[in-house]
Formats: sequence, structure tokens, C-alpha cells
Amino acid sequence: MTQPLPMAGAAANINLAGLAKNDYRGNPSTLCQGCGHNSISNQIVSAMYELNVVPENVIKFSGIGCSSKSPTYFLNRSFGFNSLHGRMPSIATGSLFGDRTLKGLAVSGDGDTASIGMGQFKHVIRRNVNMVYIVENNGVYGLTKGQFSATAERGLSLKKQGANQYMPVDICMEALVSNATFVARSFAGNAKQVKELIKAAMSHNGIAVLDIISPCVTFNNQENAYHSYAWGKDHEEPLHDITYIAPRNEIILEEEMKEGEIREVSLHDGSVVILKNLEKDYNPTDRFEALRVLAEAQQNNWLATGLIYIETGKPSLTEMYNLVDTPLNRLQEADLRPAPAMIDKVNALMF
Amino acid sequence: MDKVVNDFSIIVGTKNGSGSSTANNTILRAIFKMGIPVSGKNLFPSNIQGLPTWYTIRANKDGFIARREENEIVVAMNPDSFSRDLASVVPGGAFFYADDIKQPITRADIAVYPMPVKQVVRDDKSIPSDFRDLVGNMVYVGILAQLIGIDLDKIQAALSFHFKGKQKPIDMNLNTVKAGAEWAKTNLPKKDPFSLEPMNKTDGLIMADGNTAAAIGSVFGGAQFVAWYPITPASSLAEAMNDYLPLLRKREDGKHTYAVLQAEDELAAIGMAIGAGWSGLRSMTSTSGPGLSLMTEFAGLAYYAEVPVVVWDVQRIGPSTGLPTRTSQADLTFVNSMGHGDTQSVILLPGSVDECFEFGWRAFDIAEQLQSPVFVLSDLDMGMNQWMSKPFQYPDTPMQRGKVLSDKDLEELKGNWGRYLDKDGDGIAYRTLPGNRHPMSSYFMRGTGHDEYARYSEDSSVWLKNMDRLKRKYETARKYVPAPLLYTQPGATIGVIGFGSTEAAILEAIHQLETEHDIKADFLRVRALPFTQDVTAFVNKYDQILVVEQNRDGQLKQLLTIEYPDQAANFKSVAFGDGMPASARWVRDGILAKYAQLAEQR
Repeated sequence: MTQPLPMAGAAANINLAGLAKNDYRGNPSTLCQGCGHNSISNQIVSAMYELNVVPENVIKFSGIGCSSKSPTYFLNRSFGFNSLHGRMPSIATGSLFGDRTLKGLAVSGDGDTASIGMGQFKHVIRRNVNMVYIVENNGVYGLTKGQFSATAERGLSLKKQGANQYMPVDICMEALVSNATFVARSFAGNAKQVKELIKAAMSHNGIAVLDIISPCVTFNNQENAYHSYAWGKDHEEPLHDITYIAPRNEIILEEEMKEGEIREVSLHDGSVVILKNLEKDYNPTDRFEALRVLAEAQQNNWLATGLIYIETGKPSLTEMYNLVDTPLNRLQEADLRPAPAMIDKVNALMF
Repeated sequence: MDKVVNDFSIIVGTKNGSGSSTANNTILRAIFKMGIPVSGKNLFPSNIQGLPTWYTIRANKDGFIARREENEIVVAMNPDSFSRDLASVVPGGAFFYADDIKQPITRADIAVYPMPVKQVVRDDKSIPSDFRDLVGNMVYVGILAQLIGIDLDKIQAALSFHFKGKQKPIDMNLNTVKAGAEWAKTNLPKKDPFSLEPMNKTDGLIMADGNTAAAIGSVFGGAQFVAWYPITPASSLAEAMNDYLPLLRKREDGKHTYAVLQAEDELAAIGMAIGAGWSGLRSMTSTSGPGLSLMTEFAGLAYYAEVPVVVWDVQRIGPSTGLPTRTSQADLTFVNSMGHGDTQSVILLPGSVDECFEFGWRAFDIAEQLQSPVFVLSDLDMGMNQWMSKPFQYPDTPMQRGKVLSDKDLEELKGNWGRYLDKDGDGIAYRTLPGNRHPMSSYFMRGTGHDEYARYSEDSSVWLKNMDRLKRKYETARKYVPAPLLYTQPGATIGVIGFGSTEAAILEAIHQLETEHDIKADFLRVRALPFTQDVTAFVNKYDQILVVEQNRDGQLKQLLTIEYPDQAANFKSVAFGDGMPASARWVRDGILAKYAQLAEQR
């Protein structure tokens, strides 16, 4: 969306943070041409630019895998931590205690999250760590050249693997039953929706899980495969049209949006998400409804996308610790080491 | 019958979960308060309730407080271990037993004292009936006090400490002790030679366990982030952080300068700690063997990506689940190269409770200065048992935060810096912290190959250069880690090297070697890896060096052999790991066995 210019005469491509879109980019991608992850990286760049994010206020996190390489390809000016396979959530959890004015932006994959990292995925959700957790979900292990992931659908055939026998893990459902406060699903082929959801996720206080179906053009893009571009395009069933309105911006509804056709969801930072109903009215603040919609989509072979669930007002992890106002990593010896007199007190406490 | 004063051991056999630890700690503390050097070791099973458990107390006028393998006084409260306990009394010793245990007394060479524990409790009308089991153990405290001479006012002091001054439980327990003592005075004539008499040898000392000391030391070190997962014998370390952080770091605004988080497992615990360390916090975790195994992949990442973090390993015996409640020094070689690939760990080896305190704060300084994980290897014996200790000393140096570039520093450098650039030639580069708002502050941290500017690289020469720098950093570490402690005597012909909680046993064994076998030994207690120049000097001095440690394979000896290949033939391993706290006997006999072999070789 367009933003008012910061000052008269400023170049039109400078945002409110005084930055150009280039300031949000990273190194050139080394992923395959056409990889869904690249388009998600592009949407991250656009979303951050449009949100006027100061890159130094974001920490990027990732685990291991194709998806986890991608934080190199956006936000060069943000700190980042490319950690271990399946262990990104714990690194993020600890890191975000350093300076809690920083927002986490994490990218993981379906192997990183739903297999080796399932435990940490569930626990980072349960603790409501203040970060966006994007799962670039393609149903396959790319870097190790084409093995099934835990989100691969039953019956999927891959070149060297034969047919998958097992039921897939539904990342959104796992997030929901772990009491996630923000759950969304999208499709890398639906760029606008991806971008709007990233913006909404950035404005959420707490964990925001985005399960983005992101086709692997090299190993799992067969027409009938659940994680392919073709299948996604044919089977996507958006729950609503989503528009993100930044804080302080006036909400001007398009004329054709009438009462009863839209829902407004207010986010932590004062921004609003406008959800325009499509076939039916969908209420993303109803957890039972969210679970039902996911089960229904599974049953009917739909790719249900959009903001599936949101719960505002819950404290994020660092807010539960009654921490001092100064970021912990700026505290000095005087704040951290008890006074010399305390040593006698401690010795007196021993027998 | 010659009196034996202030030189004997007591062992109490009870059922796990019967509340005997209050009674045993009371005896220990009362003897300590009488000024007599004393130690207490809890020899307990991995069980909540029901299995046999023992507590051994040694009083020694000369200050030798290592566990002894033989006990002059045995208290049997558990029918399940009765015959074993009876058999364990040394000839001429004393055997106290609860008289509701109806088992044959098969020994005529010892003094036997039946104790009507239940009767005494029942007869004391001040004890509510539902408290009888709970305070029952205090009967043997009272009877023992009467027969060996433990001051009742010292017992009161111990109870007052234990119950944090709460009068009701203090009175109830003390009354039971007195009832037991009173009964013994009337009914049990003294038949054994063992007694205690007040001394002044514990003046100025405190009594504490290593885990508590480590936690308090960490608080004085400015600990800001603790992530942990429950495991015996390390849990009480993190739990003590929960106790002492609020107490010692209280602020007027009521806000916290720290966070303690119980993670879902040890993988997450160290992951969180590394994340926090990377973001600039004084960060730590505590664990034991199985947890350490889980932390291995992260340890390699922290070594290679260069993250300061402190990991306390309160060692228990392994491999696998092993004996979860038994002590050990068997994680040394594992931690030394923890992680796949070429890794070298910085390890601190505290050997006393006050060193647990000292290394608690010092470990943060070393970790931040070296930008490296620092492992502190304690053990169950030191961590969980109460030890006499010097009082904790306030840190003698200001906090060392290492090479950190602030926003202002970057302005001066015009943003020109490299995260892994060795500007100073000591292998340690400069780092920035998340939250630094300078546009050139950020870097992308990774465990994959990276160049001096933290950029991804698979270039062989870049890899080699970085690994060489890490090696250089390890050399620098020798200057930052604590030097060993040296105990020498004139005319010593052999060297003994050890580490950790075995010090008391080794010093006593060296005393025995000198007085009973005319062998004079110097002792070096290693306190860190990498080895410092004092270790090198010691190693070069003797042609017989006995390396004493509590494991099977002689792990410290292995590391010394690698470090000093020219002296390899001089090192002889005295290694023994049965899970029990070290005794002077095994140290002495182990040294004698190897010494004899050496003598024959000549």
C-alpha cells in the first residue's frame, strides 16, 4: 500500500523509516530458480519496506535446510542467527531476552519444524515468544535431494523414495492445539496474501505462525502434488481477502464492501486487518471454528488460506518476566553484581 | 578401653523418603558447630521412597574429611539393610538399631545399643500422633548425642537453621532429641570408646553444598539468563538461582535483571542459553551427563560460532542413565572435545565449595573474554553434599565483558569491522550485540563456514584460516583460566595430579604415604583446561606422576599424555569409578600399586 511521504521533496521510493526498498534486501539467492522460498523472501522485503520497519529492530532466525538459508536473502541490515536443524526456536527464545524491543522474524521449513524440530516448535508457541515464525512448507527435503518430509501427503510418490505411507502433519493444526496466538496459512503463489499476512504477523504481539505452501520446483512440483504450484492454484480456497492497514492510517473501505461482508481485527500495535468475506463469513477469533475449517479443508482436499486464528492481548514471553525497562544486554556491572556488603549477608545465610 | 576422640565415622542406614536427611544434617551441623572438622555424604539410591539409603559422617580432629570406607558407628533404622549394616561395623565399633527390627544380632565384637525409637516418640505427649513418623529419626539423634557427646545447644542451632527459625518444628524436633538423650542417659551405659569433644577448628568456616555455592557465585557474576532442565544431581543448582537471584538482585522498582526458564529438554536449554549469550547476556545452563550428551551439537555450534555461554556439568556416573545418584569424574574427555569436528573446550574444574562460588562468577568473565562456551565440571559429591568451606569471597576483579563494539565504537570505526577479524592477534575478534542500531552493526551468525566478516564461505583457505585462529584463541585461553593449586613438601620424589572433589582424599593419602610408607609426594590440583604453564612445570619436575581420578579410563591422564607426549611414560593412572565419594584408601592403595610397578621397572 502507499504511505504518505515523510517530507515534501523526498524521493518517492523512500519510506517513513527513511529507507529504500534496497535497504531491506539481502544477498542474491542461491536457491533454485522458481523456488517458492524466493518469492516469500521478496514478499518479506516488500512487507518490511511498506511497514517502515527499521532493520536493526528485527532479528532473523532460522534452522537448517533450504528455507533456513533464505534469511541471507533479505534484511542484510538485521542481525541473524542461522542455527541448528530443528533448534531455531530455542535460539530465538534466548536471543530475544537480550533486547526485548527487537522483533523476531524466523524462517523454517517443514523438515526443520515438523520433523526434527517438532518439540521446539510446539514449545516456542506455548511460550508465546514474540516473533513471526514462517514455515516454508514444500513437503520435501531439498538440500538432501528429495526425501519425504512429515508434511508430505499420503500417497505422494518421489523419484527415489517410492510412495509415502504416512499421514501428513498439519502445521497450522499443530500450532492451534499448542495454543498459538496467531495462525495463518498461505501459498507462495498468492503473493499479495503472503505479504499482507506477514505484515499482520509483524504487528502481532507474541508468536505468529505462518504456514506457507512454497513449492519445490526441483523435487516436488508434480501437478498432482499437494505442495506444487499447479495444485495450489487449482485448490486454494481463501477464507477471505485480507488487507493490512498500518497504525494511524484511516480505514477507507472499498465501495463494494458492505456491512456484514467484512471483519476488522485490531492488532497489538494499533494496526487493523480487514478481512473481506468470500463465500462465507469466517471468524478467525474462534478456535473451534479454526480447527473445524482445517479439518474440513483436509477432508475436501482444499488449500484453505488466510488468517486462520488470532488471539490478541496475551502477554508474550519476555512480558511474563517483569524485566527492567533497559534492555538486558545494556545492563552494566552496577546493575548485575550485588554490592560488596551482600557477600557477608550470603555467608551469614550459610550454616 | 582407650578413648577415641574426634576421629571416627558414623553411618546411618534408613529408608529413602523417611525424612532422615533432617536428622543426619542435624548431626553433621552440630558436630561442625562444636568446632570439629567434619563431612557428610549422602549415599542415596535413585528412588523417591522405600529403597535403602545411607548417610555417612566423618569427624576428624586433623581435618581429614574424605569419606572413609569403614565406619566405627553404625545406626540401623531400616530392616531391609539391617544384616548388611550389622556386618559393616568395624571390630570394636558400636551398633545402634531401632528395636522394633526383630533380627538376630550376630556380632559379639562390637557394642550393641537397641533404641526404642517408637516407644520414645509415643511416650512424648508433646508430639502429635500424626507427626510421630516424621520426628522419629530425631530419637537416634538424641541417643547418639548422649552416647558420643554432641552438644544439645549445637543441635538446637542446627535445627534452628534447618527450619529457618520456625519455632514450632524446631521445638518439636528438639524435644524428641532431648527425649532420646534422656532415655539413653538412664538406660544405655556407654560400652564403646568413641566420643566428641569441642575444638575450634571450624572457626570462620561455613558449611554449604557446591550447587548452592555455584548458583550464588553465578549471581555475583551477574547471571542474567538461566535455561535448564531437571536432572539429578544438577537440579538444585538452577533451583538455587531461583532462590538467590531475587534475594541478591532486588531492585527498588521490583523489576528483574534476569530470567530463569525451565526448558522442555537439554537441547532447548542450551539453545536458549546460547541465544541469550549471543545477544549479550551472561547466560548459563546446568546439567549432568545425559543432558550434556544432548547438548553436544549445540556445544559445537557455540565453539565454532564463538558464543559465550557457561555450562555447569554436575557429574554423575555414566554411560547412559548410569547411576543417576552416584558421583563421578568421567565427563572430562567428552567435554574436552565436545562436538564433532575439531573442537577444544575451555573447562574449569572447581575442587571445593568456595571454588564453586568463585568459578560461578569467573566463568562468565572467561566466557565473555574468550567468546566461547566455558564448561564447569563439578560432581555429585561436591554439588549435593554439605562441605566445610572458607566463606565466599567477593569477586576481586571487575566484570570482564570482553571485546564488544557499541554503536559509538562503530561510528568511530566508520562501520569498518569484521566479526571474525583477528585485529589483536590473540585469536579473539570483536563482536556486536543485537540491539546495536548502527547500520553496520549486524552480522549473520552461523555454524556453516564463514569468513572474517561472517559471510558464508565454502572456500578451503577461508576455512583453514578460521580454524587456525580458533586454535590461536585456545592458546590465549591458557592465560585466562585459573592456574592449578600446588601442595609441596621438602624431599618429594613423586608427583600426584588430580582435579575436583578428590582433593581431600588425595591430601590424606599423601599424608599416609609419607607417615606410613615413607613416600613423599607433591600434589598438583589442575583447575582448568587448557593446561597452564604451571602444569607444564610440574609435569617436567618428576619422573613418576600419579594421576588420580574417579573414572575407569584415566581421562585426565589421557589428556596429559596428549599434551605432554615426551612425558607420557611418566604418567601412571590411578583411576577408579564406583560412584562413591573418593576415599583416601583407594587413592593410597592405587598409588602404592602403581608406585610398586614403577619401582620394579627401575
